[in-house]
Amino acid sequence: MTGDVPPGDVPPGDVPTGDVPTGDVPTGDVPTGDAHSGAREEILSVEGVSVRLSGREVLNEVNFRVGAGEFTGLIGSNGAGKTTLFRVILGLQATTAGRVQVAGRPRSRRNPLIGYVPQKFLLDPDMPLRARDLVGLGLDGPRFGIARPSRARRELIDEMLAAVDAGGFADARVGNLSGGEQQRVLIAHALIGRPKLLLLDEPLANLDLPSGQEVVALLARIASEQGIAVLISAHEMNPLLPVMERIVYLVGGRAASGTTEEVVRTDVLSELYGRQVEVLHIHGRVLVVAGPGDDPESAHGHEGPLIAVEIVQ
Amino acid sequence: MSHLLAPIFEPGFFDSTTVQTAVLVGAVVALVAAAVGVFTVMRGQSFAGEALGDIGTTGGSGAFLIGVGPLWGFVAISVVAAAAMEMIGVQRARGRDLATGIVLSAALGLAALFLNLDATYHDTTGATVTILFGSMFAIASSTVPVMVLLSLIVLAIVAVLYRPLLLSSVSGELAAARGIPVRLVGALYLLALALSVALAAMTIGTILSTALLIGPAATALRLTKRPGAAMLVAGLIGVGATWLGIVLAYDSYDWPPIHRGWPVSFFVVTIIFGLYLLAGVPELWRTRRRRPAAHLSGETLTAGGR
Repeated sequence: MTGDVPPGDVPPGDVPTGDVPTGDVPTGDVPTGDAHSGAREEILSVEGVSVRLSGREVLNEVNFRVGAGEFTGLIGSNGAGKTTLFRVILGLQATTAGRVQVAGRPRSRRNPLIGYVPQKFLLDPDMPLRARDLVGLGLDGPRFGIARPSRARRELIDEMLAAVDAGGFADARVGNLSGGEQQRVLIAHALIGRPKLLLLDEPLANLDLPSGQEVVALLARIASEQGIAVLISAHEMNPLLPVMERIVYLVGGRAASGTTEEVVRTDVLSELYGRQVEVLHIHGRVLVVAGPGDDPESAHGHEGPLIAVEIVQ
Repeated sequence: MSHLLAPIFEPGFFDSTTVQTAVLVGAVVALVAAAVGVFTVMRGQSFAGEALGDIGTTGGSGAFLIGVGPLWGFVAISVVAAAAMEMIGVQRARGRDLATGIVLSAALGLAALFLNLDATYHDTTGATVTILFGSMFAIASSTVPVMVLLSLIVLAIVAVLYRPLLLSSVSGELAAARGIPVRLVGALYLLALALSVALAAMTIGTILSTALLIGPAATALRLTKRPGAAMLVAGLIGVGATWLGIVLAYDSYDWPPIHRGWPVSFFVVTIIFGLYLLAGVPELWRTRRRRPAAHLSGETLTAGGR
């Protein structure tokens, strides 16, 4: 880790210094149908990124792009490399190969263009921190000293809390809020710096279905109304299907990306999994199941040919 | 007025320089402990604070052995111990207790030696007790400027790092994503913790220093929901308990059974503990009243929603 970066005064909206000019759109070899639709401004481009951690290939030649205001799902099971990919984008993880650009510039730590909501954030109820304090830290948390209260600051915080429907519990302790409420406060924390890209690591993992749907709807609204690109990781794609414009499907560190129609297909996913899988559409939901017979891994054990419907996704 | 307060303040209380020193130093140290203590409780590093305090015994007894003031022993040993904890890995959740425990036991082994040597070579009646349980009435007035200076240094660290430290204490991940050097901030905080524990060891002793650090902060966390307010309340509790302890200790020179006074530390720690228990009453009251509906408020946690 680079411990030499002081927690200094970066005003929100300050663009990181990079020597690559904007508009330099590189042409990487993108595996699956990533012919980018429309002329949206490119916010994130991940090109051939590989990461090796203690001898294991965690990410392997990952390519995808995210345009302004686009809602993208990063789908993969546990250990597929989702969190590592986020850490790469945030500039917290070194890559062994590849290149990441955020709004046309090389990735950097302390990038005010990225808002981040980490995984498994559950605060103790006795933490003396109100929802509005956490949102305030999103505005100027890395700066030295104590925040000077001002009318403008307070109004901005109120505005952000209102934008995520959290105005009702602005003065409650964060630790006393439900999982879904904490999630919304965290989104406000990430949004107050006016990012262009919002990264959310498994925000639905600890939520029940209705709370999860609320969060997804909220994020979709933010993406379309404020033009903020949303990249959300999940181990399950179905809750995201109604709003997801593009998908990045990670399996064992390798990725396929494009629209859901382009990626969630029997041939594409079979290649990605390296074995026969089948994409089934049942009552508006998508199931990815292990294919019949020819899978060497399922040949052993008790699995008979007819009942071996292993739900991969 | 003065005759009304006579039963509380014994004659000569306000004229004694010993008392004046205790009142000043006690208040400054209580404020420092409150500011650092709120972060200690928020970060779940109470054990590290307790250990750094206990380790002060080694520094205090070592200082006595070579004939320098105990403050230097406290400061030197807790800074060294904090550095050792940092290097062993106090900042990793799993390495934290391990690092603290290893450094604590190693240092206390030395304390066993030093205290033994102190007893062998010096007339140590009271020295051991002073190191372990402190004595605000034994603080040399010459150390007061140094203690005030150290206090200002600690308060400056906390004030300058306030926001990055708060964000890292809430979530290291969130802080790292914002480019805050979480490890560096944590190390500087540990330095502030070491210094404030050394200062608290001067007033209420090495093994009680955590009481001043954790007690008022934990009480304040029950009463307030804002970090800044928690520090103010903790400061008020710390200063109040210290001053009340000084008054009672001064009064206790007339108390049975020994008529030689009860220790200040006893009063301070007891008051802090009492306040902590009192602060739990409103919460207890609320949960008792809410109990009938408690089973409805539990949140259902389900994974993913397949």
